[in-house]
Amino acid sequence: MPDFDVIVVGAGPAGAAAALEAARAGRSVCLLERGPYPGSKNMYGGVIYGRVLDTLIPNWWEEAPIQRWVTRRSTMLMAGDQAVTVDYRCSSWGEAPYNGATAFRPEFDAWLASKAEAAGAVLICSTTATGLLRDGTRVVGVRTDRPDGDLTAQVVICCDGVNSFLAKEAGLYPPSDPANYTLGVKETILLPREVIDERFAVRGDHGVDIEILGCTGEVPGGGFLYTNAESLAVGLVLSLPKLAACGRRPEEMLAELKAHSAIAPLIEGGQVKEYSAHVIPEAGYKMMPELIGDGILVAGDAAAMCLAAGIWLEGVNFAIGSGAAAGQAAARAVQRRDTSSAGLQDYRRRLDSNFVMSDHRKLREAPHLVMSDLAQQQLPRIACGVMEQLFTVTNPDPKPGLRKIIRGQMKLNNLKLRDAISQGMKALRTFG
Amino acid sequence: MSTDSYPEISFETRMSSVEFRVHERAHITVDSKICADCSTRGCITACPANLFVSTADGGILFNYELCFECGTCYMVCNEEGAISWSYPEGGHGVVFHSS
Repeated sequence: MPDFDVIVVGAGPAGAAAALEAARAGRSVCLLERGPYPGSKNMYGGVIYGRVLDTLIPNWWEEAPIQRWVTRRSTMLMAGDQAVTVDYRCSSWGEAPYNGATAFRPEFDAWLASKAEAAGAVLICSTTATGLLRDGTRVVGVRTDRPDGDLTAQVVICCDGVNSFLAKEAGLYPPSDPANYTLGVKETILLPREVIDERFAVRGDHGVDIEILGCTGEVPGGGFLYTNAESLAVGLVLSLPKLAACGRRPEEMLAELKAHSAIAPLIEGGQVKEYSAHVIPEAGYKMMPELIGDGILVAGDAAAMCLAAGIWLEGVNFAIGSGAAAGQAAARAVQRRDTSSAGLQDYRRRLDSNFVMSDHRKLREAPHLVMSDLAQQQLPRIACGVMEQLFTVTNPDPKPGLRKIIRGQMKLNNLKLRDAISQGMKALRTFG
Repeated sequence: MSTDSYPEISFETRMSSVEFRVHERAHITVDSKICADCSTRGCITACPANLFVSTADGGILFNYELCFECGTCYMVCNEEGAISWSYPEGGHGVVFHSS
């Protein structure tokens, strides 16, 4: 007899959701976490979209440890000392059932894992899974760094994050290409609540999410600034190979963003509470591993389920959605006494029938588009240049026409009309 | 780029904001002999904790203690076998609180 029906490796949002659903289905579940508590190894770009929780934890918003509800979302295009911002406000996002929230992952992940525990899963922290136990090609458990630490199970669900050494060991990943990954660096900066309310023009538990393009120099990527209750999160996402080749360090680029005239007044006087860094699976659908093997499933970041597609930046929701599907599929397979790859195919069916796979499939070209020169370099410069010319009053010279300004800026930034149209059509197809 | 009203913090101050529960075993080791042949040295630029340093003899000096366990170094590494990467012992390594 195996020690457990299901072992889930990693108590982040994917693992906690997997353990929750498998335990609810009556299976014996072990939830392994290498950190001292769930979430202790985790950082992110900042917003959790909770709709996926509605069916798992009804009225989750009454108890989830969130910082602020995002009611204001800005997209900023930066060039030099200039910035163009599209700013959207929606007060209904600040009322139940809410839309997005900022939260500290060590708090949020620990809360979600406590739900799995309450459903009967056994949470074991401070324990690193060091490898897979196998019987032929079949995964039958994990090796841990505890004395006599082998644990056996009918199904192992790998929610061990972006590096997923377990999925790699199981042969589910092709050799990894650094171009598929970005590095996220972030500072959490302390400021009094009333200062944040005033600077960001929000009240109560409402907050702001600012996404920034054009703030990473020659390295493709982006920036972000989020409000927590009494702190801000400001950070960058940087393409790994380009970062490695550029000769500039990530904290230098972050310091530049913080000193930008559009950002500096927002963070002025704040104290850095915590610096953090993490790698992000950026390439979406095209970099996903095999999700199912004999006795093994992969979910969350470990399965590259992360949407870093410019106008949408999501990950925790995909982790929860895929983890829950993995937990349900594993429980069903155990019950039916077939935990082979064929018996676990229900996982794929569940993912295909909900947002997890359809969003990734639909937006499979988006990461490439967002990381292109057009989006990274030309678009922010042209947008800022057009605004500058449009609103700089040049009396006694007459105003130039808008068409002339746009043409002039496109020429200045080496963007041909033909390329702009073809890229625009591509963007419409990708996002539409 | 920093201003008087918002002085940029030093790297040491930045890293001192992070909790590390250091284990006696190094979870990452670097074979400096292999690094000596590497001309790109992406690790030096990209490691967010700035743990890779060039040495006078052309090798790489690495210290595992203040590591975010992010994976950047092995992903950008061009030299097979130069970096041996694993997670720290359970309960050790970086511990985030407000990330």
